[in-house]
Amino acid sequence: MLPEQLYRINVARQARRAVATVTELETGRTEVFIEGEAITGSAAVAVEAAFRSGKPGILQGGEQPVFINVYLPPPRIVVIGAVHISQALAGLAPIAGLDLTIIDPRSAFATPERFGHTKLLAEWPDEALAHVPLDAHTALVAVTHDPKIDDVPLKAALDAGCFYVGALGSRKTHAGRVERLSALGVDQEAIARIRAPIGLDIGASSPAEIAVAILAEIIQALRRRDVAGDRRGAA
Amino acid sequence: MSSQPNFTDPLTTAEHWLREGRSVAIATVVETWGSAPRPAGSHLVIDADGNFEGSVSGGCVEGAVVGEAAEVIATGAPRLLEFGVADETAWRVGLSCGGRIRVYVERLG
Repeated sequence: MLPEQLYRINVARQARRAVATVTELETGRTEVFIEGEAITGSAAVAVEAAFRSGKPGILQGGEQPVFINVYLPPPRIVVIGAVHISQALAGLAPIAGLDLTIIDPRSAFATPERFGHTKLLAEWPDEALAHVPLDAHTALVAVTHDPKIDDVPLKAALDAGCFYVGALGSRKTHAGRVERLSALGVDQEAIARIRAPIGLDIGASSPAEIAVAILAEIIQALRRRDVAGDRRGAA
Repeated sequence: MSSQPNFTDPLTTAEHWLREGRSVAIATVVETWGSAPRPAGSHLVIDADGNFEGSVSGGCVEGAVVGEAAEVIATGAPRLLEFGVADETAWRVGLSCGGRIRVYVERLG
């Protein structure tokens, strides 16, 4: 691989675009393909398959074996609420290889002072989600405790097929949430996908511990879905 | 947060090193059989002084890969390495988990 190819790969990964490389194992000659651009050459079909599966592998059958590597955008966490739990989650997520964005219209909470370099949008969720579209590679974590802020993005996350949707609050709080979402026209099967109470049950107490429990639950949802082909999990 | 250790990904590290003018090799798991610690596609990047970042196993064969990388950086010729079960009596480098992996080592540029 040439340095220029590595730089191109890194730029694309930064921009959350999928990248594949095809390397001739005998010569080391590499081709770089970026999703959305034209894919040409004898490995085109395999490259497209790799974009879909996310699985690297060796391709035999050509003049010489090639290795196809694929870099899919890292899953992203969108957190609704710039609260104490979110501060801990903002520190943990990058270590686990997850992108994280925080949305909170309350500008007193969503300050760089509290969140450093974390991506922070001090806007209402419906406005902010226009810049950060939810998709199947996104986990949504709603932790404001305020229905005015949490409900709209929760519905949006269920509609978008986010691989994880979690909401903070007691069982009683959640019962109220279920009623409100039902009134908004969300069906019961979708509502059942919301993880509430949020986080794996590890007896978490402090905001940092709750953040660990949430992150663990997100990783479980991410890694188990491939095996089971089922996004709903156990909660 | 300044006390937090770096946890950057290997390809970003490789880019920083190249831009500093260092020679860099990149090792990639290209095939695995059985129980392998890191999946295909995982990277370890190495510079000419033996500094490294990332992993191709659980720490079992990185030492050997770093050694091979020095040769690859010197000659520019890529190598395909294979590691199987560790043989403790022969002091052979390998994987204690029982799997087998192939690691491709190439120089960047």
